[in-house]
Amino acid sequence: MKSPQPRGPLGAAVLDALTAAAPRTDAPADDRLVQAARRAVEHSTDLLTDEDVQLTLFVLYELHYAGVEGVDEAWEWAPDLLRARAVLEEAFERELRHRVTVPDGVTADRRAVADTLFALTAPTPGPSLSRYVGRQATDEQLHELLVHRSLYQLKEADPHTWAVPRLAGAAKAALVEIQADEYGGGAPDRMHSALFARTMQGVGLEPTFGRYVEDVPAVTLAAVNAMSLLGLHRRLRGAIAGHLAAFEMTSSLPNRLYGDGFRRHGYGDDVTEYFDEHVEADAVHEQIAGRDLAGGLAEQEPELVPDILFGACVCLFLDDLVAAHLVGAWERGESSLRVAA
Amino acid sequence: MSAADEHGATPVRGSIVACPDGPLLVRGDVPVVDDRGEPVVKRRATVALCRCGASAIKPWCDGSHKAIGFEAP
Repeated sequence: MKSPQPRGPLGAAVLDALTAAAPRTDAPADDRLVQAARRAVEHSTDLLTDEDVQLTLFVLYELHYAGVEGVDEAWEWAPDLLRARAVLEEAFERELRHRVTVPDGVTADRRAVADTLFALTAPTPGPSLSRYVGRQATDEQLHELLVHRSLYQLKEADPHTWAVPRLAGAAKAALVEIQADEYGGGAPDRMHSALFARTMQGVGLEPTFGRYVEDVPAVTLAAVNAMSLLGLHRRLRGAIAGHLAAFEMTSSLPNRLYGDGFRRHGYGDDVTEYFDEHVEADAVHEQIAGRDLAGGLAEQEPELVPDILFGACVCLFLDDLVAAHLVGAWERGESSLRVAA
Repeated sequence: MSAADEHGATPVRGSIVACPDGPLLVRGDVPVVDDRGEPVVKRRATVALCRCGASAIKPWCDGSHKAIGFEAP
């Protein structure tokens, strides 16, 4: 993606550093970025909606995915930058653990873990983002929805793929079975990210990753950053497995409503295929993710049960936070996108 | 024929998993046909067949069993 504009002093320091070549391995350690990260965390009133912190984390994580235009690729493993990222991650993880309530006393048994995950993600009546989209979102609001989603869905499945080499046996086979389907089962045009690109194109948006990063507020970035946090740390392999399970379990029914929202505005199959595909695919994936991936992992590594449930709770908590932001703005008659300061 | 050729020519053995209170997960070389024997195109390697009767995309599952509180016999 293109390098975004910084949203505060931390982003300014990091993005400025990234314009130069990464330091050579024999360069002396430089504390400026880690100090900037510490200051940003200390001054933050709410890390999850902190524009400077979440945008900076998003850029730092992107170095591990498709990279940032014009940035020396060697920065990905530059110790000074990783130390700064670690400061942000430590605070981010602490905040997430503080904000979610993880069920306890769940036994390390595939049925018990799957049942707990299905209970956590059970459909609830009442207002929700998907119902709003299905029934009343305007065309402009549908565009906004796609803009928010584009920061993840154009690289859909990638954060969970980091977990593959960290898993073994039944849990690994389950994750690969899901991811193979996410990546189109061998057909590049069936990749979920490719289907999402066609949806964006169909409504006149540019399907280039990061094209709309400037428009997206911290809370949207936080939900994507959480996946990278859980995916990139081996010690959090339970949490990324739980995250995927919760993600899949809250997908089929909402995606029907998202599709309905676009059909209501007269969009055709090229636009709704992405959502319709998820109704069908995620009804498969949720069973595999809940029972074989999360449940299988719990039986292999019983001590990971709390983290599996933590990852699921993080997914649900941040989804709710993003949904509340979108619906809240729309109900006030405002845009949910960011107005650049 | 080498072992690899044999492996490549052997269809993956089919299996059907009855998910508790959920769909039937079908893997492998199991054709799905309609009541006239016409094939229903499978768009993925593993498919989920509706078991609760409430799916809007039958024969596939769409997660509706969760919304109606389906309990498998």
